[in-house]
Amino acid sequence: MAQEKKLMGAEIILKALQDQGVDVVFGYPGGVTLPLYEKIYGQNHLRHILVRHEQGGVHAAEGYARSTGKPGVVIVTSGPGATNTVTGLVDALMDSIPIVCITGQVFSHLIGNDAFQEADTTGITRAATKHNYLVRDVEDLARTIHEAFHVATSGKPGPVLIDIPKDVLIGHGAYMEPVKAKHKTYNPRTKGDPKMIEKAVDLLMSAKRPILYGGGGLINSGPRAGKYLQELANLTGYPFTLTLMGLGAVPASHKNYLGMPGMHGTLEANLAMHGCDVMFNVGARFDDRVTGRTDKFAPDAKKIHIDIDPACINKNVHVDVPIIGDAGSIMKEIVALWKAKKAKANQAALKKWWAQIDKWRSKNCLDFKQGPDIILPQYALSRLNEAMQGKDVYITTDVGQHQMWAAQYLRFDKPKRWMTSGGLGTMGYGVPAAMGVQLAHPNSKVVCVTSEGSIMMNIQELATISYYKLPVKILNLNNKVLGMIRQWQELFHQNLESECDLNAPPDFMKLADAFGFVALRADKPSEVDDVLAEMMALDRPVLVNMAVSRDENVFPMIPGGAAHNEIVLGPNQTADMDDDNMMMA
Amino acid sequence: MADFNVTDSEAAIADRPHTFSVLVDNEAGVLHRIVGLFSGRGYNIETLTVAEVNAEESLSRITIVTSGTPQIIDQIHAQLARLVPVRKVTDLTDETDAVERELALVKVKGKGNARVEALRIADIFRAHVVDSTINSFVFEIVGSTEKLDAFIQLMDPLGLIDVSRTGVVAIARGAEGM
Repeated sequence: MAQEKKLMGAEIILKALQDQGVDVVFGYPGGVTLPLYEKIYGQNHLRHILVRHEQGGVHAAEGYARSTGKPGVVIVTSGPGATNTVTGLVDALMDSIPIVCITGQVFSHLIGNDAFQEADTTGITRAATKHNYLVRDVEDLARTIHEAFHVATSGKPGPVLIDIPKDVLIGHGAYMEPVKAKHKTYNPRTKGDPKMIEKAVDLLMSAKRPILYGGGGLINSGPRAGKYLQELANLTGYPFTLTLMGLGAVPASHKNYLGMPGMHGTLEANLAMHGCDVMFNVGARFDDRVTGRTDKFAPDAKKIHIDIDPACINKNVHVDVPIIGDAGSIMKEIVALWKAKKAKANQAALKKWWAQIDKWRSKNCLDFKQGPDIILPQYALSRLNEAMQGKDVYITTDVGQHQMWAAQYLRFDKPKRWMTSGGLGTMGYGVPAAMGVQLAHPNSKVVCVTSEGSIMMNIQELATISYYKLPVKILNLNNKVLGMIRQWQELFHQNLESECDLNAPPDFMKLADAFGFVALRADKPSEVDDVLAEMMALDRPVLVNMAVSRDENVFPMIPGGAAHNEIVLGPNQTADMDDDNMMMA
Repeated sequence: MADFNVTDSEAAIADRPHTFSVLVDNEAGVLHRIVGLFSGRGYNIETLTVAEVNAEESLSRITIVTSGTPQIIDQIHAQLARLVPVRKVTDLTDETDAVERELALVKVKGKGNARVEALRIADIFRAHVVDSTINSFVFEIVGSTEKLDAFIQLMDPLGLIDVSRTGVVAIARGAEGM
């Protein structure tokens, strides 16, 4: 037997990453990962981005992953390096983003001794990851890394962490190439059950008031999933809605698109969800922000649910036709079967349904009235929408009111263009995510829509963006208050503005300047278009501080625990929709 | 404004005990993953047993008795099955399909009539004496959970000191493996 060439653990990691097609890693060195950084130095297969905080590193990797479909990779040290990743890992877990996170660990013989910068990383992150590993033997290292990539990217994608003690990094072992071997336990199902697919098509054919409801699974599955949903909408003439995580999977310009459903979804999407008789869910998980009160959710509907994760079926809402598998594969078969059966929608019923939907649409639930003095955030975002149409633009957001307005007013015609923290709702996601997106798409325009609260939660990444000369555009919709908190306090907590005021430093103009960003400002509605045009044109990091109204609330709104037909419209709309609601009763 | 903080009123379906047999790769942290799944998602664990059952392939079998509505039981099944080191999950609840046993060690202290009575009852229950002193016994008893409960209840007035139970182990009836 030929003597196998032994590699150092650190070299095995870099070779495995290279063989997995990784070109960018986000990292921060520390004591136990120094042997790895010794090998990172001077090589040119892998671009290492030195972030300024490990949480920022994970969000950057999420932005990279979400905008490319490839896994994002993070390298951090033991102890605080590892614990700082936890929020990012849970964020990726909730939104099904493939991440491989490599953490250094203290020497094996020190584990459990409360060594310097020791933390029980696999223990801490067990509930924060899809899976994690502690590598105890350098001979297992290559196989474990390849397996981690497989687990992170297949089935329902998610974060996978590999904890590597320093003795494994400096030890020597054999390298193995990635293999396409069947895993002994982990083999997620991708192909749908033909019987269930047939049932789904029959149910779709029988529908009188159908709704197609797509989610983030359409995007994770790859572009064909959205294309087939679009084809299904074309073939059937049925209306469709896309969740926060699914925006862009099918073009928002499609005439059958009703906008986003849920707590801050459109009137037409929510009332169509409520009144439908057949609901076709592909790649969405009946999240509580979409369903509202589950016992009053789509009470008359037969529900079809396509999901790759068997645990998502019947978790929140009971469904009639579950189909477990990959959205792209199943959508392809559903479209093919619809055609093979020469199926026709019930035109008379559909016409009536669309007449009802158009009536809801005509309420113009996202309407707003921009006056001459104070910029409304809705206006700012609808102008940004104008400025980005037809251009090669990626958007990230932070979390709160600005996020919901961005979801309402920005319209995406392509998947992977919209990066937001949906499940976990992580303030501080937007800036580092934009950095990750820009690294993946150096020639595209990347805009982070944020606000003065969220931006401070990962402000340090401005330094990374600036250092690497990434032309990230940050639109800070500054209303000097934690807007969503203030909105809930106004509506549900006696209007007591408890601990939400942010009329405070920093001076964002000086701050942008200090980090090497171009600082722009807009204080009046008349300045909005010019400043957005200037922002989009700049090929440098730019931060726009836009003073927006403090008093705006996000509408429509389904209050927490309420049903879809209890949706509340904004002050600019008439809310007398009781007669319409009852149409299908 | 109306109070919207209403939680979903769950239909009052009686929670029925369920026995899951879970075959796992015997690797570090696998029990933590299973237990963490139950605690993290708010499921009950009534009993849990774990031991290696195949040293060659390094497989362990974990038997969990839990309870919940049919929907929760389905969730538990699906959530267990999606853990990476889990090879197979079987619901062994139906008694016609599976055998369930539990073992208990029961310590009783007493003299005179109580001591004689304890021995007599132990005999009826086919419990064995595995330790004896002049004024105590340790009984070993094997059987269904209900049988063990009954035995322990009877020992209570006779000087029950301590009980140690294994929790349920279960296996499917018939020739088929898991």
